[in-house]
Amino acid sequence: MEAIIFKWAIFLFAAILAIFSSLMMVTRRNPIHSALWLVVTMLSIALIYFSFHVTFIAIAQVVVYAGAIMMLFVFVIMLIHLEKAIHSRHKLTLTKIIATVITCLLLVEILIGILAYRGLETRISEPITMAGVDNIRAMGTLLYGKYLFPFEVASILLLVGIIGAVVIAKRRQG
Amino acid sequence: MIQSIPYSLYLALSGILFTIGAIGAITRRNGIIVFMCIELMLNAVNIIFVASTGVTNTLDGAIFVFFVMTVAAAEAAIGLAIFVMLFRLKGTINIDEVNILKG
Repeated sequence: MEAIIFKWAIFLFAAILAIFSSLMMVTRRNPIHSALWLVVTMLSIALIYFSFHVTFIAIAQVVVYAGAIMMLFVFVIMLIHLEKAIHSRHKLTLTKIIATVITCLLLVEILIGILAYRGLETRISEPITMAGVDNIRAMGTLLYGKYLFPFEVASILLLVGIIGAVVIAKRRQG
Repeated sequence: MIQSIPYSLYLALSGILFTIGAIGAITRRNGIIVFMCIELMLNAVNIIFVASTGVTNTLDGAIFVFFVMTVAAAEAAIGLAIFVMLFRLKGTINIDEVNILKG
């Protein structure tokens, strides 16, 4: 009983924090503030991952997203000075307003679909053998067994990403 | 008696975060913030993948999150390199002013 209340508290805290910080991320004018609010969103999503006992993914979320990718964003923001963009007025055109309304309508449609669909009444079952070290071992077994080929393709994708970034950002000679 | 968290709440949270990201990607004009909104949308989808591990009691959803993270990292590296080059070329990363591909 106490465990269920604790899970609810963690979920509500993480969910409300994620929604709030992502709203702040979208509305801030200074890109550095946006990046820092996005870090808060990533961390609260990592909290939700921890509540599912997928420890490896939660730690990877903190290290890769909140650490590496956001560091890259902040670095590029500092590289590109944006004082003009910060002071320019944020003007909303009619097209953007219409697109926003349509997106919100699609969200309402999704929510109605979730609430109306009867097949989703299944509750989250408690994972028994996946906590802690066992989770990482299970992940490794899956990655190097069933998903070995996608894993290799992902490594090639990262290699292409590294080479592509260097080639694109290189200053042209002459 | 409080029941455990229903699966549909995770779907709803994911949908809300995805919508916030999509609206940001549509309305913002700063290219880097548009990129951050795309990262937020990828994260919103990851929530569903992780929540599915609790329903199916396998770890396949978590593996998919791993691959989505790989794609997001590669995408961020290349996209930010493109923005650095664009800034060198045009002096701005305002995506409303970047229309050199327009015929």
